[in-house]
Amino acid sequence: MNFDFSEEQQMVRDSIARFVQDDYDWDTRRAIVASDTGMSEKAWQTFAELGWLSIPFAEADGGFGGNIVDTMVIMEEIGKGLVVEPYLPTVVLFGGLIARAGNEAQRSAWIPSIIEGSTSGAFAYLERQSRFEIADCLTQAKAAGDGWVLNGEKVVVFNGANCNQMIVLARTAGEQSDREGLSLFVVAADAEGVNRVDYPMMDGQRVANITFTDVALNADSLLGEAGAAMATVDAMIQEATIALMAEAVGCMGTLNTKTLEYTKTREQFGVAIGSFQSLQHRMVDTMMAYEQAKSLLFKVVCEYKQDPASAESSIHALKVFIDKNAKLVYGEATQMHGGMGITDELDIGHYAKRLMMINTTFGDATYHRAQYIDKAYAA
Amino acid sequence: MDIAFSPEELTFREEVRGFFDEQFDDELVSRLRGDNFKTAIVEWQQRLYKKGWIAANWPVEHGGTGWTPTQKYIYETERSERGIPGVIPFGIGMVGPMIYQFGTTEQKEKFLPGILDSNTWWCQGYSEPGSGSDLASLKTKAELDGDHYVINGAKIWTSYAQYADWIFVLVRTSNEGKKQEGITFILVDMKTPGIKINPIISIDNEHSLNEVEFSDVRVPVENVVGEVNKGWTVAKALLAHERTGIADVAQSKRNIRLIKEAAAAEINGGKRLMDDAGFQAKVADLEIELMALEFTELRTLAAMAAGGFPGPESSLLKIKGTELQQATQELRMETAAYYQGVLPNDMDPEVLGHSWTHEAFRNYMYGRAATIYGGSNEVQKNIIAKYVLGLE
Repeated sequence: MNFDFSEEQQMVRDSIARFVQDDYDWDTRRAIVASDTGMSEKAWQTFAELGWLSIPFAEADGGFGGNIVDTMVIMEEIGKGLVVEPYLPTVVLFGGLIARAGNEAQRSAWIPSIIEGSTSGAFAYLERQSRFEIADCLTQAKAAGDGWVLNGEKVVVFNGANCNQMIVLARTAGEQSDREGLSLFVVAADAEGVNRVDYPMMDGQRVANITFTDVALNADSLLGEAGAAMATVDAMIQEATIALMAEAVGCMGTLNTKTLEYTKTREQFGVAIGSFQSLQHRMVDTMMAYEQAKSLLFKVVCEYKQDPASAESSIHALKVFIDKNAKLVYGEATQMHGGMGITDELDIGHYAKRLMMINTTFGDATYHRAQYIDKAYAA
Repeated sequence: MDIAFSPEELTFREEVRGFFDEQFDDELVSRLRGDNFKTAIVEWQQRLYKKGWIAANWPVEHGGTGWTPTQKYIYETERSERGIPGVIPFGIGMVGPMIYQFGTTEQKEKFLPGILDSNTWWCQGYSEPGSGSDLASLKTKAELDGDHYVINGAKIWTSYAQYADWIFVLVRTSNEGKKQEGITFILVDMKTPGIKINPIISIDNEHSLNEVEFSDVRVPVENVVGEVNKGWTVAKALLAHERTGIADVAQSKRNIRLIKEAAAAEINGGKRLMDDAGFQAKVADLEIELMALEFTELRTLAAMAAGGFPGPESSLLKIKGTELQQATQELRMETAAYYQGVLPNDMDPEVLGHSWTHEAFRNYMYGRAATIYGGSNEVQKNIIAKYVLGLE
């Protein structure tokens, strides 16, 4: 048993931390979020140059051959810096689905271009009625000649506004919520019949609702076996959830650090407010929340690395735990920063908003607690 | 970043299971519940000693196991799953490490063997009627008279003083300087004239706590551990040791298992309690909290393996560990429904209607002490705030 990071992991961690410190300060980040695209192409090219976009992919596909620990390291640093560029949608989700389900031709078509930074990807899986049940899917793909015709709508697609390629979950057979009969298709964002309505989310992400009207797809667009996508999607969402939880832990750590620094310098009643026991004890609570969240993340990552199936319950547990403890951390950070904590100018509220979005992504605590109970306590 | 058990660790787990299955027998279990608790627990500890497993956290050179963090984790998990009691902490967990860390060669030779083979029962003289969380304000005084110290004062909340052969005591040897600076750590034979034990019956209706009075108790100067007036250093090191064990994740995991078993058997309106959504959510949240704490403890163990003694981070384990102990004890009481109020007695469970609720009652009631002893959880927060967060 060890909780150590390899030298390479430490180097990646340091290099992202250095990037955030030197090239991604708070004013830069604000300007990026306020720009037309809501992301920095320049930053993304830096990610490509430094090799970060290659890390999870197999060496055979031109990647670095990293595992879940590497992804955790990257996402934690992304969380610390509140980096808004679409690592999760493009590399983890789009790239991950291609790597899991793609054939040789599809992998060589997309993975190198993700790694070099030219393919910006998204995974379109949510629908207006679906909430957290991904199999609740009305978007349809009907066989037509050698290919397919796609109709339907996906909502809140992460990186949906900026992506040039997306993977769409669509029903090729069965009824609305059947787990069978779902398929994955790679769809070009500029294909005829694709219409995007993009909008910003509170955490600075640019997302889109995307409609598909008689979009003609060729046979090569199908990713994996027709009708059998859910196993791939479930496995992908599990991995992406771990990545997202690592980002959450990064956000929580930074909030605690910033709050602690603030209470050491902010003076009221002639002393630093950090000298007040009522605040000290609450900062101990948030420190414990962070350390425990990190411990549970380590448990999940270690289990997942051994055998992804064995981590299923722990991933539900982690989602429940982070939900509760992130709320504690950002709530206390906001409170202890006083009036400044509720300004748009200060970064504290933006970390809070990112954590709020993370909490609702891939299912909230209520959803995951129910999943955990279903699996653990079935009579 | 890896938690997979190696083949050697799997072999070790088999050895632990085999040992427990063979040595923790039903006859011993029934005696542990009875009036002869002391002889039963000593006998169990001596079986561990013969196996070489009595001192999991001690260095090998002093008779410890030299176990890796993973081995400790395996051992504790297997122990708790069988409901096997932990080693009584006062000797092995507390005074032993202070003697091998701060003691003289003579003290090591004199005291460590009796601690390891459980022939000496130790108790702890820290708190006083007037000194609880503010431990350094202690007033029990030791005055030098030739080659003896003469001790006068009183200690309180002394667990199992009625069984003890020796007591380790914090005494005031100087009133100069800061209050922490005049404290000395000294070992006292309980047979020394002038020691009086007053029992304290606790909220669980049991007698484990005592007040210990000292009236002109003469103790040889060679019984001082560490330097005179530097006992606070020893006291703090001991508390850090004490805190890591206090989390007792394994015990809470066992309680959750017992809750689930009981709730599967309880029927409410034709439905199993374990199928009630509200109850399920309570169990799930506790299990999830425990998972996080368990891995926090593992991280601490791994860090200790690399760097030696536990630091102020052990306060985190104490706080969260005891909070979760109490939360699981509370849910177990809830599971017991009206039987939670039945006082411990010798009645046949068949007549009574329930077999496990006495244990739930005792654990819940005495469990209220866990957030108070070993330095109250509020004091632990002060320690973290000061030494980890750097807040003054």
